[in-house]
Amino acid sequence: MILNDPESRKVSLASGLSADVLVKGRGAPLLFLHPAQGRVWSPFLDSLAQTHTVYVPLTPGADEPDELMSFDAFSDLALFYDDLLRALSVDDAVVIGHAFGGMAAAEFAAHCPDRVSALILIGAMGLWFDEMPVADVHTTHPTELAGLLFTDPDSEAARSVLQKPTPQDRLAYQLVMGASCHFYWPVPDRDLKRRLYRITAPTLLIWGDADRVVPPAYADAFARGIREARKVLVHGAGHFPHLERSAEVIGSITSFLGESVPEFAAAR
Amino acid sequence: MDNLPDLMDNVSFNMASRAGDRLMKLTFFHMQGYRDLPEDFSKRYASVWVNPPNDELCDPVRVGQYLRWNLQELHYAAELGYDGVGTNEHHQNAYGFPMPSLTAYHLAATTEDVAIVLLGQTLPMNHPLRVAEEMAQIDALSGGRLVAGWPVGTTMDVNHCYGVIPSQTRSRFMEAHDLIKAAWTRPGPFIWNGKYHKLRNVNPWPKPIQKPHPPIWLAGGGSMETWELAAKNNYVYPFLSFNGHLAGRAIMQQFWDCNEAAGNDANPYRAGFAQIVVVAETDQDAEKLYASHISNFYRKTLHIPPYFSGSPGYSSKRSMVNAMNKFQEPTAFSTVPTMVDWKEAIESGKVIGGSPETVRQRMEEAAKTLRVGHFVLLMQLQSMPHDLTLYNIRMFAENVMPHIRHLWDDKWSATGYWPSGARTPKVAAVARPVLSGVA
Repeated sequence: MILNDPESRKVSLASGLSADVLVKGRGAPLLFLHPAQGRVWSPFLDSLAQTHTVYVPLTPGADEPDELMSFDAFSDLALFYDDLLRALSVDDAVVIGHAFGGMAAAEFAAHCPDRVSALILIGAMGLWFDEMPVADVHTTHPTELAGLLFTDPDSEAARSVLQKPTPQDRLAYQLVMGASCHFYWPVPDRDLKRRLYRITAPTLLIWGDADRVVPPAYADAFARGIREARKVLVHGAGHFPHLERSAEVIGSITSFLGESVPEFAAAR
Repeated sequence: MDNLPDLMDNVSFNMASRAGDRLMKLTFFHMQGYRDLPEDFSKRYASVWVNPPNDELCDPVRVGQYLRWNLQELHYAAELGYDGVGTNEHHQNAYGFPMPSLTAYHLAATTEDVAIVLLGQTLPMNHPLRVAEEMAQIDALSGGRLVAGWPVGTTMDVNHCYGVIPSQTRSRFMEAHDLIKAAWTRPGPFIWNGKYHKLRNVNPWPKPIQKPHPPIWLAGGGSMETWELAAKNNYVYPFLSFNGHLAGRAIMQQFWDCNEAAGNDANPYRAGFAQIVVVAETDQDAEKLYASHISNFYRKTLHIPPYFSGSPGYSSKRSMVNAMNKFQEPTAFSTVPTMVDWKEAIESGKVIGGSPETVRQRMEEAAKTLRVGHFVLLMQLQSMPHDLTLYNIRMFAENVMPHIRHLWDDKWSATGYWPSGARTPKVAAVARPVLSGVA
């Protein structure tokens, strides 16, 4: 139904850059940062939009790669999101990030702790152990990619993320992966570990217990480094637990926010 | 000194260097591949590039033998009168070895007239000042015979082997380009404040002999930015693919369109083309001698999965949109077939092969339709043995080269596109290697 589609906004930032943001819902602001596979609107985001104003910015450079010249590191990306919240007149927001988006969300929370009221990391990249390398989705054979990312490669969730029927879809997919890789190629470790202590927001770590891209042991590493963190393992889910077990993950998020964010509890 | 006025072309025709100026430039180009890959290589391994396990596949003792053969083959070509000898740079693969400037340095020291066509170093992944210094040193040693090849590099080499962030490949290339050119043309020392390199004193010792700088070649695939850069700066664009001269027409046409848009002349010495060429006494002999090596080359050496060849961020959006409009896919690199028999190779133009007469005709046709003044001749294909390679080099030199040299000499000069210190080599009396199995 067309009324249910998110609104697409071009938000001008003080830096001169602009952000391409999908917006939907009413309530406290919530920023969702998408993975390298791209920004796909989902029933999961619809659920969040019932209680929040959900903002989903496209990773800078994902439409026009020339913009990436303005970004040398995650500090630049953190300033981009800081500028975005300022432009939206948002003081602080619940920030959810998935995979590469999780890495970006954790960096944002570490760089600008006052901007983040609660942090939710789903299968987040950003930490690194040589003995347990984060999988390289960019050098996985296309026929094996769905099986790496999802427990059920034939599921609707897998199709919604990976099916690219038109050349335009495939171009957009190349572009968004290219923009994401700009920040973490070839080893997704940019010393976030050193900055985790700066994250003050209450943090929820959501991991598929069958995540083969960022193994669940990384959730424990995040939990050890972040001041106030708790972990939820989603049984039978892979790297996209919020799409594979949407209702369960929404349940976890709702109860976490109810306990952690006073305004959210009051609003309910 | 270097930019001699055009009248010199007329008055000094008797000087070897000037006479050679108008002749088609034929470069024997060595890819320096690994010659002994297992027969079931492409079944057992995912890729010839980046991650074929070195301890399983790459024997350093054999590599030492190959490197000696390669140098002998390059020398043989120089002695037989090829205009240039050259090699390229690739990494972690069975397709070619990584350090072309070492080969070039050796050739510079041990040859007299021939141009040294050094298609590497790959700019985005080498320190630009180091490239400026090494190339200047080779130019000095050779007496101004260097062709400075500045490839952007394949994504396998630059991004996968050397870890350069794909989206920075082009901007790193451009900064290196600007820095090396400045290092070669501006008086040192000067300050460089770039995005990737910050230097208080750029002051290479020496600068190249050739002024303002050696001819610059952009070893290219099909990216629009490369055509435009070549057209803007009068660089040579040698198109390197393994799809051959027929498939290369579309790409070269776009290159020439770019030149026309830039208001450039149509001097064929602006363009080069890499072409696999094999010659024997007869067409049948050629098939008998070379067919298995050609199919081996395509089957193994070009066994590269699309996830290596199409790294996200490597191609510009423009180039991807361009590729999409033509091929329905934003990344077009992985279009080289891996199963090629002799008939297919010849008919598709991937290989120009056969008797001297057949090869002459095809070369002429290719030169004219592509409008190229330089051929980068690929005449050693990985599994091809040393003696067969020497035979191929000689057959081409004696029976094809003299007939296609004068293709463009009615009108065009290679000055600026070919090293000023190179002279059309005098053909030395060389031993004829005995080739078993050939009458």
